[in-house]
Amino acid sequence: MIGNIPLKDHWAEKRLFLSRAIAAAVVILALVVLVALRLTQLQVVEHQHFADLSQGNRIRLEPVPPIRGLIYDRNGNILAQNLPAYQLELTPEEVPDLEQTLERLQNTGLLKPDDLEPIRARLRSKRKFEAVPLRYQLSDEEVARFAVQRQDFPGVDVRARLIRSYPYGPDAVHAIGYVGAISEQDAQRIDASAYAGTSHIGKLGAEKQYEELLHGTVGYRQTVVNAEGRGLQTLVEELPSPGRNLTLSLDIDLQLAANAALAGWRGAVVGIDVRDGGVRIFTSTPAFDPNQFAAGISRQDYDSLQNDPDKPLFNRALRGQYPPGSTIKPIMGLAGMAYLGRNPEEQHFCPGYYMLPGQTHRYRDWKKVGHGRVDLIESVAQSCDVYYYQLAVELGIDRMHEIMTGFGIGRLTGIDIPGEKPGLMPSRDWKKRAFKRRADQVWFPGETVITGIGQGYMLATPLQLAYATAVVAAKGARVQPRLLDAYSDPVSGEMTVLEPKILPTLEYGDAYAWQKVHESMIAVMHGPTGTARRSANDAAYRFAGKTGTAQVFSIGQEEEYDAEEVEERLRHHALFVAFAPAENPELALGIIVENGGGGSSTAAPVARLIFDQYFAGRTP
Amino acid sequence: MFADARDFEPQRRLTLAARLLSKLHLDGPLLAGLFAVSGAGLVILYSAGGQSEELLMRQVLRIGFAFGVMLAAAQIPPNFLRMWSPWLYLFGVVLLGFVLVGGDVGKGAQRWLDLGVVRFQPSEIMKLAVPMMVAWFLHRRPLPPQLPELLFMVILIIVPTVMIAVQPDLGTSLLIASSGAIVILLAGLRLRIILLLGFVIVSAAPVLWYFMHDYQKQRVLTFLNPENDPLGSGYHIIQSKIAIGSGGVFGKGWMNGSQAQLEFLPERSTDFIFAVAGEEFGLLGLLLLLVLYLFVVGRGLYIAVHGQDTFSRLIAGSISLTFFVYLFVNTGMVTGLLPVVGVPLPLVSYGGTSMVTLMAGFGILMSVHTHRKLLPT
Repeated sequence: MIGNIPLKDHWAEKRLFLSRAIAAAVVILALVVLVALRLTQLQVVEHQHFADLSQGNRIRLEPVPPIRGLIYDRNGNILAQNLPAYQLELTPEEVPDLEQTLERLQNTGLLKPDDLEPIRARLRSKRKFEAVPLRYQLSDEEVARFAVQRQDFPGVDVRARLIRSYPYGPDAVHAIGYVGAISEQDAQRIDASAYAGTSHIGKLGAEKQYEELLHGTVGYRQTVVNAEGRGLQTLVEELPSPGRNLTLSLDIDLQLAANAALAGWRGAVVGIDVRDGGVRIFTSTPAFDPNQFAAGISRQDYDSLQNDPDKPLFNRALRGQYPPGSTIKPIMGLAGMAYLGRNPEEQHFCPGYYMLPGQTHRYRDWKKVGHGRVDLIESVAQSCDVYYYQLAVELGIDRMHEIMTGFGIGRLTGIDIPGEKPGLMPSRDWKKRAFKRRADQVWFPGETVITGIGQGYMLATPLQLAYATAVVAAKGARVQPRLLDAYSDPVSGEMTVLEPKILPTLEYGDAYAWQKVHESMIAVMHGPTGTARRSANDAAYRFAGKTGTAQVFSIGQEEEYDAEEVEERLRHHALFVAFAPAENPELALGIIVENGGGGSSTAAPVARLIFDQYFAGRTP
Repeated sequence: MFADARDFEPQRRLTLAARLLSKLHLDGPLLAGLFAVSGAGLVILYSAGGQSEELLMRQVLRIGFAFGVMLAAAQIPPNFLRMWSPWLYLFGVVLLGFVLVGGDVGKGAQRWLDLGVVRFQPSEIMKLAVPMMVAWFLHRRPLPPQLPELLFMVILIIVPTVMIAVQPDLGTSLLIASSGAIVILLAGLRLRIILLLGFVIVSAAPVLWYFMHDYQKQRVLTFLNPENDPLGSGYHIIQSKIAIGSGGVFGKGWMNGSQAQLEFLPERSTDFIFAVAGEEFGLLGLLLLLVLYLFVVGRGLYIAVHGQDTFSRLIAGSISLTFFVYLFVNTGMVTGLLPVVGVPLPLVSYGGTSMVTLMAGFGILMSVHTHRKLLPT
């Protein structure tokens, strides 16, 4: 009558539960006996051992920090090293009254009121028994002054520590970065015990990117100390292992040449080795001195860096996004041959302006009277705009998006420096996603026209310009840009050399098309009409380039742009991309000079100075 | 049957206190045990907290509140609890989902849910909801459970466990999984299946390892070899062993433990308070404390055995045994038998949320015991 529904047998279940409860009680008793036995072991058998450790004598655990790895450039010049310095330290658990001690240290002049806030932050990020640095670099006079009052400051001590030092100061800071005091945010993301005894951590650039390689492994010393904290006996000691030494692809001599050429300007230069993607030059001006940060920068100095209108803290090479302007014309020319089968020798007439069919708006050429009849080589050499307005309309924005993305515009290059910006390569899809209002989401033909000469929405970083130029120079072969060449273990001397990261080769155009693109860029430098021919005068080598100009503000339809009359900060940005030697490319450059006016007048000479340095002492 | 009720009068003559207890649905022995443990806890905490009266007062208020919650829970009849179990479970799972999507991050883990007025951890609900849900599921089915039922129950347990483990809160998720597993074991799962499951769990360990966070791996490694990481979590265990060991048989005396008072011992008023007790009251003090705990667990099991239906027995048994698991995990961790998993010593460690849940559980125990109907014998 009940069918398949199983019946519960209450009495059987109760018995079953009882048996299980008894089993549980047995297990519980067994576990309690286990704990009791363990307690007996600790409190009776080993009691004397632990009593010795706790009574009067105490164990002090002292971390022994590892030595941070050094950073070299490709020729073995030291870019970052460690120098001995006297550091004022405080161990919170040994200080009777923290606030009072800090106040008295201020009275002696060893601390300034400004120092207190960062010190408190550091105290919070460390454990009570760990020494916290109060000052990173004491002068000899301060060391002496503290030494005579040493007994008045229990828990405070002067210790010789290694401090990070950057011999080239501001010259390479935007590539190698710097180390700074471990902040509360840093403390949350790192393993506290791996950084015990270490006060600094990589904050930017290679110092941050390769923190794990550079840091090394902490060692420690377990000592028995008496009530006054004097070490009686070392129980265990394990030596730290130093961090790896890095060899960067950077060439500091080229870097210095680039900085000298940019002196007085706001700008950036990135130089990439066409063959292996090694970053030879990575600079942004003005820069700042990383040694300030390693030694503990004062709030005042930091504020003045941050409020400087020239923005020295801003890494223009990595994060500055500028309209690439005419520097993209060689790639556009390639696109015309690859997508449309355009004959590079076919001549197009440039009347000085371009109009979309059925519209009256005139897209002006930079040269008001026009360039007349130009083929591909002349259009690049003279930087004719109309040729590219037409070409852009024929290509359409989506094909331009495809090829430019292949050359890395609007994509992260993946360089091993943290914080890279992606730039922007617009497309129909992008516009739909980027704008909220329906009316703004439509892509207009006029926007295609100006994208043809690298204006409008299009943005690229100097790093991307250099990368795209390296790809052009290598005729489509792509290698990811990289700052680190190799690292080595300072103890064993074992060296690990990194393989270049080769990306799929771009399949646009045949050998003839690439040849024409190269010829057009050589004509910019060495042709009779080339926009940058003055920068190639008497050069002992041949190189290829392309000038560009990025508008900072727009000019009305019929107005003339006069650099003299425009306020300095509103002047056009000058751009230049180049590679050399022209016939067998080795080094590709991306250069921007903010408010430099024109690419040929201010940016191209920078390339000339760098290449002169590069080829110095070489017989071409 | 009861011809004359007055015949029973002599046996039913209750003292005033007993009458009050039965009116409030409280179980006298269990209540006494809980008072004894939390009273001892306050004594230890006063010393461990550096003689801070403010800290002590806050803990007293917390205990008072938790006993209030217990009292409230004791008034709810077990049948009612059973009927609401699935809803409580669903509610808890939904809250856990919210935590994963938009919970507040505290100390690197996403455990808290901010309700505007209060912040609480939905995982606390699951500490009771999971065993209740499993007990509800088993209530109508014949015991012992068969394999398909077992699989369903495993899913009921695994879902919240995984949701809590990814917060990440490995300690709590394991405790919740074990509270559910205890219900299944108490329901009479066959020995063969228990052994099979044990084998599966052991072989799943490498998979678990792969999904663990670095800090969790670190803890397991440190447990296996504390000297490996003396600057990190190994420091806790080394100092805790020194504290307990130096206490000896009789202890250094209340408020005289140098390890604890000089702050060598980390987390001395929370997770490592057992070591403070060991240092100051010695082996004898700790054994006494363990006896008090055993009394509470034993009374809980007694109530479970006398439960009148499957749900009551299972939930009461699970609550009692889970309480013991807390005790064992904490004491095992502090004495270096188990890895450091951040489980407080129940009713003694400073801290609120978990104590309220514990006492709500004891309220359920009392309800189970005091809502029994008289059966003809």
